[in-house]
Amino acid sequence: MNTKETLEPVESEEAPPIIGENLPRPEGIRKVCGTALYADDLKFDSCLFGRTVRSPAPRGRVRHIAFGEGIPWDEFVIVLPDDIPGENAVTLIEKSQPFLATSVRHIGEPVALIAHHDRALLNKALKAITVEIDEEPAIFSIEEALEGKEIQYGRDNIFKEYRITRGKLEEAFSEADHVLEGVYETGAQEQLYIEPQGVIARADPKGEVTIWGSIQCPFYVQKALAPLFALSPEKVRVIQTETGGGFGGKEEYPNLLSGHAALLSYRAGGAVVRMIYDRREDLFVTPKRHPSRTRIKSAFRKDGTFLGLEVDFVLDGGAYPTLSSTVLSRGILHSFGPYRIPHADLRARVVFTNSTPYGAFRGFGAPQSIFALELHLDRVAHELGLDPAELRRRNFVKKGDTFPTGQVIKEEIDLALLMDTALKKADYARKRKAYEEENRKNPRVKRGISLSVFFHGSGFTGSGEVMLGSKAAVRLLKDGSVEVLSANVEFGQGTNAMFTQITAAILGIPPEWVRIHQPDTAVVPNSGPTVASRTTMIVGRLVERAARRLRERVLEEGGLSQGYTGEEFRETAKRLAAREEFREEAQYVPPPDVHWDEQRYQGEAYSGYSWSCDVADVEVDMTTFQAEVKHFVSVVECGTVVNPIIAAGQIEGGIAQSIGYALYEDVHTERGVMVNNQYTNYIIPTTADIPSIEVSFIRFPLCNYGPFAAKGIGELPADGPAPAVAAAVAHALGYRYINKIPLLPERIAAVVLEEEETAA
Amino acid sequence: MPEASLLDFSVFNPRRLDEALSLLAEEENVVPLAGGTDLMVTLETGNLSPCRFLNLMGIAEFQEPFSWCDGKLRMSPLCSYRDTRIDKDVATRYPLLVRAAREVGVLAIQSRGTWAGNIVNASPAADGVPVLMVYDAEVELRSTSGTRTVPLCDFYRGYKEMDRASDELVTGIILPPPPEDRIEYFRKVAPRRLQAITKVLLTGYLLRSDDRIEDCRIVLGSVAPFTLRARETESILRGSVLDSETIKAARAALQGEISPIDDIRSTAMYRRNVAERLLDEFLLSASPESH
Ligand SMILES: Cc1cc2nc3c(=O)[nH]c(=O)nc-3n(C[C@H](O)[C@H](O)[C@H](O)COP(=O)(O)OP(=O)(O)OC[C@H]3O[C@@H](n4cnc5c(N)ncnc54)[C@H](O)[C@@H]3O)c2cc1C
Repeated sequence: MNTKETLEPVESEEAPPIIGENLPRPEGIRKVCGTALYADDLKFDSCLFGRTVRSPAPRGRVRHIAFGEGIPWDEFVIVLPDDIPGENAVTLIEKSQPFLATSVRHIGEPVALIAHHDRALLNKALKAITVEIDEEPAIFSIEEALEGKEIQYGRDNIFKEYRITRGKLEEAFSEADHVLEGVYETGAQEQLYIEPQGVIARADPKGEVTIWGSIQCPFYVQKALAPLFALSPEKVRVIQTETGGGFGGKEEYPNLLSGHAALLSYRAGGAVVRMIYDRREDLFVTPKRHPSRTRIKSAFRKDGTFLGLEVDFVLDGGAYPTLSSTVLSRGILHSFGPYRIPHADLRARVVFTNSTPYGAFRGFGAPQSIFALELHLDRVAHELGLDPAELRRRNFVKKGDTFPTGQVIKEEIDLALLMDTALKKADYARKRKAYEEENRKNPRVKRGISLSVFFHGSGFTGSGEVMLGSKAAVRLLKDGSVEVLSANVEFGQGTNAMFTQITAAILGIPPEWVRIHQPDTAVVPNSGPTVASRTTMIVGRLVERAARRLRERVLEEGGLSQGYTGEEFRETAKRLAAREEFREEAQYVPPPDVHWDEQRYQGEAYSGYSWSCDVADVEVDMTTFQAEVKHFVSVVECGTVVNPIIAAGQIEGGIAQSIGYALYEDVHTERGVMVNNQYTNYIIPTTADIPSIEVSFIRFPLCNYGPFAAKGIGELPADGPAPAVAAAVAHALGYRYINKIPLLPERIAAVVLEEEETAA
Repeated sequence: MPEASLLDFSVFNPRRLDEALSLLAEEENVVPLAGGTDLMVTLETGNLSPCRFLNLMGIAEFQEPFSWCDGKLRMSPLCSYRDTRIDKDVATRYPLLVRAAREVGVLAIQSRGTWAGNIVNASPAADGVPVLMVYDAEVELRSTSGTRTVPLCDFYRGYKEMDRASDELVTGIILPPPPEDRIEYFRKVAPRRLQAITKVLLTGYLLRSDDRIEDCRIVLGSVAPFTLRARETESILRGSVLDSETIKAARAALQGEISPIDDIRSTAMYRRNVAERLLDEFLLSASPESH
């Protein structure tokens, strides 16, 4: 492999026609017809079902596990912490939670495992087990953690802290005409993938482990299981089964669950063990979006010039480090928005509590910090007597401007154009005025409209991609078709179609001749996890480069000449594939001008950003205090759109999910665990509650490092809707700001009624 | 003792009513099963003690959802929400049944769930019971020892407590014709539009001659241990002139009658306020000015 290779930005407007076509999803038909095989559909001659024995207490030592009467315990496979052959800790960024705890830190923490072939008996047995804990005091909120009560992590309950500074903040405050402070809070949110977490394991006592499962990151599972069984990673094979959604929820939890199933299998002498959660268990124990509390202090000139920003961003991490440090990092790196801010002091902390560990969820920290900033700017605009769109317009970053991280914008971006396109589509200016007039006359229904403008960085933060060093490959098959080999999974977001289009475009063959190999660690190279809006921009580029190499070799070794037809390629490919393995790989190389200083948190945090503006049009029913979104507009700039229907679907789905975040979804916790852990009581909006969503794409002059200049969009729509909706609700309520989501009717009622009372 | 699992349940499938009644009288631990949309949820959550289901779906006498007799409507115990939604006569004469039926769960649940099941499940958040109460429904109960009818308004005694012996089946729901020219109201307040459990519900009708209220029904869901007919509020309204004074008095009376709680789905404060606002909305909509 050529290691001196450098990556060139893609500037060409010219892409083959298949880029930008609405290729149907290759896996679509089998999903619609029900022939797609999800983990629970896999059949084995015989198998055991596994279940988890969990802690009833949030903190303490396990004194005793009592196996009650009336159950034939000798028929059961039982795993206790002492039975673990290797290391009893989930390997992730650092060593995180134990697979089975002897000292617990949250309710629901696994302490033992049981398996049996009779599912009904297994469930009965689980209820006959009592876990006795010597309980110790626990903490459940960001406040308690920061107060330093019950230190359980490090010296101060803080898992991780970052600081970004630029300029001199004091100067901004002394120069300012307007200073505003605010505290913004967001609740936890559940991913609610349709297919619950589930894996199947076979752990041969001779030293081979195989996992089939609903997972986003097959190589993460491999990395976590090797030390658990004291095996080398190749001995652990992980095969992704069709995955019914993830949204980040299947990034890390499958590590723990796969470990559990594999431990039971190991203990059962290599019998196949199935562990598929039902909805209640899934909601009860799996990680959710981190709750947040952000304190913001801003400095502005009268004319709306942004002078300075102080941010204190705090996340509740729950009981173990898991992925919190990287969620925090992305959070703070999105906390300043697409604005020119000469002076900034941004501080971020994630704290320990005795709650179920929080984890990855689409947006990964950015939705929380963007919520705070964007809603804050709406308040600033109101206080300065400016339209919130106008305030933003006066401060947008342009090419040559610098973010507080020191990153200089090199793309020719035009955020005013982006915003104006959205405002026009939403009929914003007219509605904003008209609603204010109507609201004065109508006591029963109040309407409001507002916006948010934001970006999302594609790929791992900072030097993350360099450290990953991902690889993807393309090879010829005997029938003359071409197969893409990557570890990036299709879980609804369109990976298969996108890889197919890129490969077909480079090779000049019909998309039907491109296959995607199911991610299987024994076959595919490690192209990294399916997270961080990285699959199109980062891995797509690897596939593109591998395909280019393959093409060159086919031309050279197969004697094809430029301008070949698809049919000619296929015939040549058949010939070449018959001879030997014909495969080309590409490995990540960083763009030449991307540097990251991990110590100072300065530099190019991301090599590409996608940009967007959302406009939310809402109605609040003053009889019931219910807020509803009536219309939603989103304009997106993500470079080249590889597949417009899938891309628009991603944006629409993300917006629906985020309307849920803003108005409906309330993870109700007691002593750190979710207690409304049912579909009935965890309310996500259905199609009946979601308005018409108008999505459109615009393009800034192309210049980025993605394949055909395409950037990521997976997480982008999780960032902007919540603050736009909250600001629109505030507009409807006559600028009564509620700084905490979800904006449940009960919360709106409390605010409105309190005001009615003081008025009376 | 470990809790129940699926192993602890079985099903009887009677074909005729008398067969069903004898099973109910003679066997132990028999639980009637209609659409199963409540029972299966309880089973799934592990909150149902071991029992034997008496499946009512095959009983010949129950197959016709509606019959009419002396101007009264008789609903079979298998009558589903969907049956109500698609019957033109029912929709014209008892529009509130359709209003409520449309907002129960979602189409799949409406096709399977029954009005009788909604009555016997006795949830304070039931959406079927309130409109039946507004129409003065009577519940027909039958056992091997005889048949009796109870006004639905008097059927409940406490949270999930009702005037039904364990060997009695609900064999019909009887609705007299409601008064002509009444003004009806129905509003279910739930956390989302469909597939949602009621936080507060208010339904009723009002019969006015000029500006005087001749008669009315006010029924609420989710503000008391069982579906509440607001008799005090009704009596304030009945005979009064429908003006702002009366509305104020009715709102105050309502506050005295309801006893909402804080739970996982909402707060007492919210329910209290919204119940009163719904009453206000109803009475204003029935006022002479708005017609
Ligand atoms: C997804 C979902 C959504 C739902 N949404 C709503 C909603 O919006 N509003 C609402 O009110 N309800 C809702 N429900 C609850 C349920 O659908 C209703 O209460 C329905 O009316 C129950 O009828 P069933 O026939 O299914 O009752 P079953 O579950 O069969 O029975 C309920 C109870 O009634 C008893 N029973 C049934 N028939 C008789 C009889 N003839 N004689 C004596 N006892 C009898 C049973 O023993 C049991 O105790 C929902 C349920 C689900 C699963």
